[in-house]
Amino acid sequence: MSTTEIGNVPFEEAVAQFDPVMGLEVHVELSTVTKMFSAAPTEFGADPNTQVDPVSLGLPGSLPVLNAKALESAIRIGLALNCTIASQCRFARKNYFYPDMPKNFQTSQYDEPIAFDGWLDVDVPASEDGTGEAFTYRVQIERAHMEEDTGKSSHVGGSTGRIHGAEYSLVDYNRAGIPLIEIVTRPLTGAGRRAPEVAKAYVATLRDLLRSLDVSDVKMEQGSMRCDVNLSLRPSPDAPLGTRSETKNVNSLRSVERAVRYEIGRHAGLLRAGQRVVQETRHWHEDTGLTTSGREKSDAEDYRYFPEPDLVPIAPDPAWVEELRATLPEPPAARRRRLQSEWGFSDLELRDVVNAGALDLVEATVAAGASPVSARKWWTGEIARRANAEGIDLASSPVTPQQVAELQGLVDAGTLTDRLARTALEGVLAGEGSPAEVVEKRGLAVVSDDSALTAAVDAAIAANPGVAEKIRGGKVQAAGALIGAVMKEMRGQADAARVRELVLERVGAS
Amino acid sequence: MSAADLTRWDASRLAAALQAGEVSSVDATRAHLDRIAQVDGDADAGVHAFLHVAGEQALADAAEVDARRGRGEELGPLAGVPVGVKDVLTTTGMPTTCGSRILEGWVSPYDATVVRQLKAAGMVIVGKTNMDEFAMGSTTERSAFGPTRNPWDHTRIPGGSGGGSAAALAAFEVPLTVGSDTGGSIRQPAAVTGTVGVKPTYGGVSRYGLVAMASSLDQAGPCGRTVLDTALLHEVMAGHDPHDSTSLPGPAPQVVAAAREGASGDLRGVRVGVVRELGGEGYQAGVRARFDEAVALLTEAGADVVEVGCPNFAHALPAYYLIMPSEASSNLARYDGMRYGLRVVPDGDGVTAEQVMAATRAAGFGEEVKRRVILGTYALSAGYYDAYYGSAQKVRTLVQRDFDAAFGQVDVLVSPTAPTTAYRLGEKLDDPLAMYAGDVATIPANLAGVPGMSLPVGLADEDGLPVGLQILAPAREDQRLYRVGAALEALLLQRWGAPLLARVPEQPATAATASSTTEARA
Amino acid sequence: MSDISRPEVAHLARLARIDMTEEELDRMAAQLGAVLDAVEQVAAVVGDDVPATSHPMPLRNVTRPDVVVPSLTAEEALAAAPEVEDGRFRVPMILGEEA
Repeated sequence: MSTTEIGNVPFEEAVAQFDPVMGLEVHVELSTVTKMFSAAPTEFGADPNTQVDPVSLGLPGSLPVLNAKALESAIRIGLALNCTIASQCRFARKNYFYPDMPKNFQTSQYDEPIAFDGWLDVDVPASEDGTGEAFTYRVQIERAHMEEDTGKSSHVGGSTGRIHGAEYSLVDYNRAGIPLIEIVTRPLTGAGRRAPEVAKAYVATLRDLLRSLDVSDVKMEQGSMRCDVNLSLRPSPDAPLGTRSETKNVNSLRSVERAVRYEIGRHAGLLRAGQRVVQETRHWHEDTGLTTSGREKSDAEDYRYFPEPDLVPIAPDPAWVEELRATLPEPPAARRRRLQSEWGFSDLELRDVVNAGALDLVEATVAAGASPVSARKWWTGEIARRANAEGIDLASSPVTPQQVAELQGLVDAGTLTDRLARTALEGVLAGEGSPAEVVEKRGLAVVSDDSALTAAVDAAIAANPGVAEKIRGGKVQAAGALIGAVMKEMRGQADAARVRELVLERVGAS
Repeated sequence: MSAADLTRWDASRLAAALQAGEVSSVDATRAHLDRIAQVDGDADAGVHAFLHVAGEQALADAAEVDARRGRGEELGPLAGVPVGVKDVLTTTGMPTTCGSRILEGWVSPYDATVVRQLKAAGMVIVGKTNMDEFAMGSTTERSAFGPTRNPWDHTRIPGGSGGGSAAALAAFEVPLTVGSDTGGSIRQPAAVTGTVGVKPTYGGVSRYGLVAMASSLDQAGPCGRTVLDTALLHEVMAGHDPHDSTSLPGPAPQVVAAAREGASGDLRGVRVGVVRELGGEGYQAGVRARFDEAVALLTEAGADVVEVGCPNFAHALPAYYLIMPSEASSNLARYDGMRYGLRVVPDGDGVTAEQVMAATRAAGFGEEVKRRVILGTYALSAGYYDAYYGSAQKVRTLVQRDFDAAFGQVDVLVSPTAPTTAYRLGEKLDDPLAMYAGDVATIPANLAGVPGMSLPVGLADEDGLPVGLQILAPAREDQRLYRVGAALEALLLQRWGAPLLARVPEQPATAATASSTTEARA
Repeated sequence: MSDISRPEVAHLARLARIDMTEEELDRMAAQLGAVLDAVEQVAAVVGDDVPATSHPMPLRNVTRPDVVVPSLTAEEALAAAPEVEDGRFRVPMILGEEA
């Protein structure tokens, strides 16, 4: 850390005075079953050093062979990001020493990435505080390239109370060699005070896109998607770029936004005080919401890149690339726009669905026969409430879109009232079977048998002769008391409107 | 039949006797282990071709082969034949040190593909042969465990880096060995020990488990006392390996058939080019004389011999001494004391991983390795990449073009393998440039990936030491080496009346206390 | 270009993670200078029109299927480690953070 601490400038002041420029580097772990360059498994959370082989341990004599699935995923990602796919590209060695890197070089791509020159349209929502409109920002993608992950080291000793000199690290190489795609943007300019929101929206959009491609778990909390935020400030949009900091370890969407805000304030503080911004790596601390200095980038950092002699060039067959392009799923943003129009939802309604993580579920429920409105109400209403109470994702809720559609069908047919349908849902969630089975087992269906209802109505009239007399005298609103009594008798499983009809009919008849 | 006889046999003769049931693999293996015990010695005396001898395991493996043969199982042509493996190939069950302190005692958890192929062929691995540290050297003096001595004269170098593999053959310690050749490490030791060695086409033999010096140049290959023996081993090692991205697809060349065909001595219709740039000035007189006689023999055998110019070969040596250290500096980065091998912890509190790495590498690497790592680090660094590494890769293109042009005119090229015969141990130890200059004739093949063979063509008049002739062929045409090599070998044998190696002096017996099952050697 | 200074060698030795004594640095600087004199001709002989060759054989698109092949156990992986703790490689304190 620098010795002189200078206070951060409040965000609004900082963005009023300076123009922020961002660069985002996102590392995505591919969900292949083997590593980038060897057939070792990639299971997350396995016991340490059980997902290794001579290649991922960098043993003498071991050699890399490229994972075909990882190459395919890289090309699909490149295509989805509207990139050009290289007609020929190579791997390179990035040489530097670090104990979690078994060969002391990382096999990566340097001047010949698999994909380059793309873009991604990002829908930035209106600001939560109402100070900014929703808009679309086009992020220019510089490149997407293939590389391998490092192992993981954990620090022991030091602050945990061990004596001086007893500090050490423990290294697990399970993660070493897991395929990574690094996606690098060109400088993001012109976002102004919306820069933190643009950054967050970009990462969120990228995550959705990668999820739709089914190439990665994209779990930021597990590190399968990691974001580095480069940030610099300049006095005005036509000034040259300022010195940037590179903040690593930004591992949630919220943190992306917070880290950008923090760094804007920090840079502004330094610049205002007439100090220079140091080009350095900084670390984001989720708990404190601060960044701290890592190591300064110096001339000593010379990666000595050269073409990886143990791997041969990749020249994807253009026909294969076109085949992959043809099978790309619809981009999530386009899909959302299409569904919104098909369903006739307002922006707010659609956002509720998206924020609840219910887009796929609503779509499937509609496909199973429910109306879009009812599907939305179920998933963002009762089911969301119950999932929330359970502390689980909507997608993990045991109720299926088919069951929701069936439930709604029973309501639409008059078999269930809304209240009974909620009770039936409870049964479905409790594993009692399909909605129809729950209705059957619990005897939930609306009593539509008039003879039973008529009997109940007659009993109520007989028990309340005064009320019946008032109705006959023209005070129709008095019927409420009789209806209440009947509904109570029927334990709610009656259609109140029908009961009312019967009450009026039987009072007149008696 | 005495044990001494068995060690004098060629691999092909031994293989035939094993197949016929005339000798057992256990007998053959024991004979060679005894010979090793008698003559190999240690760092101070003896041939010192081996860093590790796995006697008990070898005898057990031999017994297994004998048992399989007894059951009538189908076995490969070399089943039961003992073989030595250069200590640069990983082997389970015995150490792999690459001649370096930094890997002293390291036992690989996996076998190199070549080692698996040897085992699958039923060959009996008797041990690991000595080498310059990480194959960096031309004398085997750079082994951290002491030099190998040339069986022709123990005061002379056996060549390098694979001096152990070559000397073991010349001293009749084993009939076949595996070597590796990055700039001549199979061919030059073959030349100075009077044996045969082949660097196959790059990608013809798997590099998986071949500890890398310079990935784009390294190639494992067979070493033997005759061209046919070498061909037999070549066919065991060759073939596609999915673990090596640079392994060539398609069938391996039919080198045994080519060696048998060549043995007739008939080279009519074969066009041979003598490389103008490799000969003449800087080449020892005795080397030139034997080479010229051999070329004359090729003409007598019916070959059309012409002189061919390869002007860019002059730049091959400097290009090699940029590419090789560059790749080596990166390949050797993994030896850092973190995961395996030597770890040196400096004194003091709060010692960091970085400090341990630097101390470990300082203590674990020898001078030549450090020199090449520093040179490679320099050549790859940001300001110098284009001038050094980049330019060297372009020279490589020029060398390939020379080969392409030459092979447009001729079927094979020939040259002396090395400019001199075996020089004295220590002679060039402090003059790296002089040592590097000895690789001038062998390096072009590595830069271009083409195959090359060295075979003995006699002894130099001035020192009575062996001279090697190099044959080069186009990529994937390894069989041409064997056809021409076997023809020349047959003609020379006619002339000499006995193999050259019959004239190797009897090896002094070393303090013969070691039993044939000695495990640790270094 | 072939003059290589002692501080430059010291910098290279740091990059390559090799401790060197003052005497070693001196010797290395002298030797490297001589070697560089001998190799620097390469830049002079190649024109811009000459493509670089990084692979001797023109292979392309070598890949393997995404199928797990059982390999090492943790015991085998750790067998040669200088120090092991908790199924992990124990290494001295690492300064800084990962790049």
